[in-house]
Amino acid sequence: MEISLESKIPTGSVAMKWSKYREQMRLVNPANKRKFEIIVVGSGLAGASAAATLAELGYQIKCFCFQDSPRRAHSIAAQGGINAAKNYRNDGDSVYRLFYDTIKGGDFRSREANVYRLAEVSVNIIDQCVAQGVPFAREYGGLLDNRSFGGAQVSRTFYARGQTGQQLLLGAYQALSRQIYAGTVKMYPRTEMLDLVIIDGQARGIITRDLVNGKIEAHSANAVVLATGGYSPVYYLSTNAIGCNVTATFRAFKKGALFANPCYTQIHPTCIPQSGEHQSKLTLMSESLRNDGRVWVPRKPGDIRHPNKIPESGRDYYLERIYPSYGNLAPRDLASRAAKNVCDEGRGVGPGGRGVYLDFAGSIERFGKDKIEERYGNLFEMYERITGENSYSQPMRIYPAPHYTMGGLWVDYELMSNIPGLFVIGEANFSDHGANRLGASALMQGLADGYFILPQTIGGYFATQRNGRYPSDYPEFKKAEEEVRDRISNLLAIKGRRTVTDFHRELGKLMWDKVGMARSEKSLKQALDRIPEIRREFWENVSITGDAGDLNPTLEHALRLADFLEFAELLAIDALWREESCGGHFREEYQTEDGEALRNDRNFALVAAWEYRGIDQFPVLHKEPLIYEEVKMTQRSYK
Amino acid sequence: MKLTLRVWRQKNSTTPGKLVEYQANDISPDMSFLEMLDVVNEELIKRGEEKIAFDHDCREGICGSCGMVINGRAHGPLAATTTCQLHMRSFKDGDTITIEPWRAAPFRIIKDLVVDRSGFDRIIQAGGYISVSTGGAPDGNAIPIPKEDAEKAMDAAQCIGCGACVAACKNASAMLFVAAKVSHLSLLPQGKVEQDHRVLNMVNKMDAEGFGNCTNIGSCEAVCPKEITLDNIARMNRLYMRALLSDS
Repeated sequence: MEISLESKIPTGSVAMKWSKYREQMRLVNPANKRKFEIIVVGSGLAGASAAATLAELGYQIKCFCFQDSPRRAHSIAAQGGINAAKNYRNDGDSVYRLFYDTIKGGDFRSREANVYRLAEVSVNIIDQCVAQGVPFAREYGGLLDNRSFGGAQVSRTFYARGQTGQQLLLGAYQALSRQIYAGTVKMYPRTEMLDLVIIDGQARGIITRDLVNGKIEAHSANAVVLATGGYSPVYYLSTNAIGCNVTATFRAFKKGALFANPCYTQIHPTCIPQSGEHQSKLTLMSESLRNDGRVWVPRKPGDIRHPNKIPESGRDYYLERIYPSYGNLAPRDLASRAAKNVCDEGRGVGPGGRGVYLDFAGSIERFGKDKIEERYGNLFEMYERITGENSYSQPMRIYPAPHYTMGGLWVDYELMSNIPGLFVIGEANFSDHGANRLGASALMQGLADGYFILPQTIGGYFATQRNGRYPSDYPEFKKAEEEVRDRISNLLAIKGRRTVTDFHRELGKLMWDKVGMARSEKSLKQALDRIPEIRREFWENVSITGDAGDLNPTLEHALRLADFLEFAELLAIDALWREESCGGHFREEYQTEDGEALRNDRNFALVAAWEYRGIDQFPVLHKEPLIYEEVKMTQRSYK
Repeated sequence: MKLTLRVWRQKNSTTPGKLVEYQANDISPDMSFLEMLDVVNEELIKRGEEKIAFDHDCREGICGSCGMVINGRAHGPLAATTTCQLHMRSFKDGDTITIEPWRAAPFRIIKDLVVDRSGFDRIIQAGGYISVSTGGAPDGNAIPIPKEDAEKAMDAAQCIGCGACVAACKNASAMLFVAAKVSHLSLLPQGKVEQDHRVLNMVNKMDAEGFGNCTNIGSCEAVCPKEITLDNIARMNRLYMRALLSDS
């Protein structure tokens, strides 16, 4: 198949592109919409909002999620908030400023036109969510409250206590539920997509496994939308839910969809440090805590005094010292690496010396304990439940952890991948966050794609389609079903001696050590040597108990890990190829004298989109140049 | 720590289940309850046995996936805590812990500790929303909402749909779950428009799904990990009566 990387960015000034696109886009007649069936995989913010909105427009939708209910997708765990360029604070915010901040925060590696559109529709998202009954925080006058958030100098973040993701997801889930009741969406919970089906070069359906009875089924449609999130659990320990996985996007990659910038992974600076080997996941403490908390470590290495016993003179508020204008609100990648550096200097605190303090004493003194409790009460409770420590009376301990992945399937301006009929939205695509995502922008992007962008752009695709659907017993579907059955029976037949979790831990540790917060040619080559060995051993020695015909969590995990074991290699290949540092991708060879990321705009101001060529084959690189018409690329500085 | 576990094992919904005893060794007090089960499961797999199935996902107390009855109490001994946020420091070395699934007729057991809670989804589908389609919403600040009302709505909206309330109720009533959604939406001006219709449809669906009636014992409130209060049930009852009267 000839691959074209046509980004389809409309011409004209960046501020007019989306209006112009909408004026000129082709529409589908209302009476014809119900003839088109769309598969939406994933029911998080992007998937649920897309499924609901497409159904409202009149399309027939099938929506799939592996959880027992669409309400449980991992978007639910987002704590801090959602950005929107409302300028309710009168503090100088605007669509342009949100656009610029996002481009700059992404270290000039995102697509300008997509980001401008994201900033434009951000204001509609808030209106939509308020109308749905999302209980955003309010002021005494009854109007919406805002706060500032990592990497921003204006207060544009809307929030619902520390549970913004939950409330936005429930809003989308309720909109989805309304459509399920109306019969326009058929929901398939506890059902996992295991392959994509392509007929005549177009995405025509998927193969799924019913997780309760193991039934393998083919589903045919006019288009497939992947809203399946990111791939942080390639590191095993991350802040993601246990079930988050790369399978849907990786399977699409193996069927010809290009995977873009997989090396852009975000390490979140404020997570609860690991307490031991048994750890199954890391818990995020919302970044909003950095608004009122000050980050510090002891000035001297090996100072093991209780934090409250260390006087001001013995403390190094290193973010305030290194980044005087942003201080504790420095962007995530800078804050994370700074934490790693002070711990590498032996100044870390807590078990294993991998932690830094986040101190609220000053804010409690200034605003009172009640105000801090109102803002972060649930987070402080959560912290105490996990660590047994009270953060009102002593500082929290935090450490960076994998959290979000900016890379994803390549999409054009219409959010369609290089495979016609395959759309990718939310964290699963690559386009909006560049090399680093700003705080409170993930919720914004998921809902922008799902409520406002995809429902418009998908019509343009259908308007050019004359073909009906293929029956789900068409040969391509049968063949894909057989392949899935074979994959499962091969796994069950191994009957080895090591558990799936054991392999996953090994892969995760390798990725964290060699392809984590700081990468080098040497560490990446070591990872690339080792990953295929782990993969080979997995396929010879993994132990999966239970049957294929029942609920079998061990088998589910093995299927997901099998894909991570191939995907990890792609991530490392991309990281090795990108000989520069930018955003979340930090190559030790490329840094300024101050230890900041050193970009190479001449050679790497482009999207690296990889094409699959077979297992153990080197993928083929396709390049999309990033052309900045509006913004001038600058060296990022948060000093 | 060393513990003795008595765990409900059931192959699938058609096969009868029973309590099976396991030893959990080398348990650290810093482990979460689910991490303790992970350790036991790794041992089971190494012995060639099937692991204990339980629902879990975010492991930070917000997705509502996990839930088991621990020593007779939904989500275990700590107040306002989901199973995944319970840590082993709440137990003592040598303890025997009995672990069972949610037991309620409308929650069919799928396997071991995993139950079918799709009845909750169907109740929400019957009316747990504000009927606005995407596009055309007025400005977010067009309708001021008193902070107090917004906070109360948020208190109710925190429900994670875990089902502990049903598991704890001797009548397997879903009143706290339904009341949380009815309250959340009815406390906001946007949600008042459809409130009569909503409460009638949701309550009727709850009954049709086989959930029992409320007899005001309050076990649900006691086990709710998100501290949804009984006032919500009182509010729903008022709204329901009002809707019935205005309907007739």
